[in-house]
Amino acid sequence: MIKWILFCSLFFLLLTVTAIMYRLVKGPTAPERVQALDALSTNIIAGVAIFSVLLRNTAFFELILLIGILSFIGTIAFGKFIERGVIIERK
Amino acid sequence: MSGNDLIELGIAIIILIGTIFGFLSAVGFIRLPDIYNRAHAISKTSTLSVLFVLIGTFLYFLILERYFSIKLFLGIFFVFLTSPVSAHVILRAAYYSNVELAEENVQDDLKDYVMSAANEQK
Repeated sequence: MIKWILFCSLFFLLLTVTAIMYRLVKGPTAPERVQALDALSTNIIAGVAIFSVLLRNTAFFELILLIGILSFIGTIAFGKFIERGVIIERK
Repeated sequence: MSGNDLIELGIAIIILIGTIFGFLSAVGFIRLPDIYNRAHAISKTSTLSVLFVLIGTFLYFLILERYFSIKLFLGIFFVFLTSPVSAHVILRAAYYSNVELAEENVQDDLKDYVMSAANEQK
């Protein structure tokens, strides 16, 4: 029972990722693509959590924290690059 | 149906509700007219959906396996804290790199503010 509900939520997650990939390919401006990548990593976090419930395994929780931190750093770096033209400024 | 089965079913339904919210946010991300509306849809609702999924996972391992995972707790806290901040940074970068607003838009208060600040600097 729970297995089929989790498969159903993985299906919805697949639809979400497909929609975000569409916007990632088509999106007219650069900030939009960065936003799409950020949303993609957020949904991948949800996918990892669903798989760890499905496999009854606690080994993937580091992965959730790690993907969250890496996507945040990447998004901040891209935002600063789009706004200023450099990522690390020199005096 | 024993108590554990009911708890398992409730947690699975919480996760399902979270992914349905994520799907609705992705529909908004495709259909809305400009980047500001799209980021409004995707950042708020996908944060909510991933919080539903992670809290469901946390409760599953807490109640059924008696396993309190501090890493998952920190992950929930961190996603809740950083996802709106990254959306704010991206939208600020979009505004200052002159991405156009939608044509239906009627008011742009930030533009006047930015113009007056630029005039003061000169």
